[in-house]
Amino acid sequence: MLSVFYSVLARDILLALRRRTDVLTTLFFFIIVISLFPLGVGSEREQLQALGPGVVWVAALLASMLALERLFAADYDDGTLEQLLLTGQPLALLVLAKVLAHWLLTGLPLVLIAPLVAMQYHLEATAVWVMMAALAVGTPVLSLIGAIGAALTLGLRGGGILLSLLILPLYVPVLVYGAGAVTVSAIEIADTEPYFYLLGAFLLGALVLAPLAAAAALRISLE
Amino acid sequence: MLDVTDLACRRGDRQLFRSLSFQVPAQTLLHVRGRNGSGKTTLLRALCGLLRPDAGRIRWKGKSIRELAEDYNRDLLYFGHLNGIKADLTGLENLRIARTLDQDPVGDDAILDALARIGLEGFEDLPTRMLSQGQKKRVALTRLILSKAPLWILDEPFTALDVDAVDLLQQLIAEQVADGGSVVLTTHQEVPLTQGAIQRLTLDEADDETPVSGDDPARA
Repeated sequence: MLSVFYSVLARDILLALRRRTDVLTTLFFFIIVISLFPLGVGSEREQLQALGPGVVWVAALLASMLALERLFAADYDDGTLEQLLLTGQPLALLVLAKVLAHWLLTGLPLVLIAPLVAMQYHLEATAVWVMMAALAVGTPVLSLIGAIGAALTLGLRGGGILLSLLILPLYVPVLVYGAGAVTVSAIEIADTEPYFYLLGAFLLGALVLAPLAAAAALRISLE
Repeated sequence: MLDVTDLACRRGDRQLFRSLSFQVPAQTLLHVRGRNGSGKTTLLRALCGLLRPDAGRIRWKGKSIRELAEDYNRDLLYFGHLNGIKADLTGLENLRIARTLDQDPVGDDAILDALARIGLEGFEDLPTRMLSQGQKKRVALTRLILSKAPLWILDEPFTALDVDAVDLLQQLIAEQVADGGSVVLTTHQEVPLTQGAIQRLTLDEADDETPVSGDDPARA
């Protein structure tokens, strides 16, 4: 069963490496959105420090949204998704592999680039570390929840907009606690603990439930 | 054995077929015919479990395919209108993944042999998007050579193939039936068998009350 998991994971990563633009567009989108704010609101230190955590998280939300549409669409178009549905493996496991590959390609780069873009917001070193940690726990939740929406809107005309309307409200808790952790860390680092517990709980919940829901949605979309 | 009772499917408002009953035992080829839009693909997708029929039961080896779920998929090979291969991967990589997903990984040698048999020697290392339509189809059909699944469900497998490939595919289907497998296929082509039985099923408009199968005796 693990070999199947790795096979799907390796396949998606290999495909992304053969077609790098998809991965890079998400990353550049993230960087550009974040860089626009200091240009727009001016370079006052305190104002930027207050804005920083929220802006980075909203940008991460939008970037992950942007990449979601392609999660199943390519496989749907060339018929490989049909074949995945007909393998003798639990579909949820295959979905989990696809989501993990998706996160490694679109979520993890955001986590790694965050300290660089955060420099524009004069964030303290501790705040930057907390932000990276929060993104590392939070972005997989975005990919997992997003997979449900991507599966539901598969093959629909104008599915992209519908996907945003379906999924963005569900991202709110992650946004609130992710950005909250960074803001709180400026006052007292120990206070971030409950935020991380909650983000961790979201991650575990999504890890268990989202692949099952996405698998069920895929079956409906392919009927 | 695939056992279908009282199957009915509709697409939108249109009843494609109803009270369809037939059996596909081992060593049998079921040839589904009907004009365009008569529901051949819908029937095949229902047989695969990709589509939930409106009524009726589909059983494999005596158990409902809904209950069998993944166990049924393991016995099944479906070849649809879409090739199901990744354009950015080479033929070899595509097949390697397909074998792993079927939990029956084979060595690269076996895959290369199969690709050579289907006439793609020298094209193994090219991304399949560089291949012609017919060659892509050949890559996808190589799964048939490597498959050990007892039930093949093939939707119009002969389209876009040249004469040689058609011969080879007919031969593969004949081998599958001779080896004790079952094949369900839609095609406008005749498929000669050396061994085993051919059944024919014609799908007509739903208002025709008797869209039932007519059996053909074995062609020895």
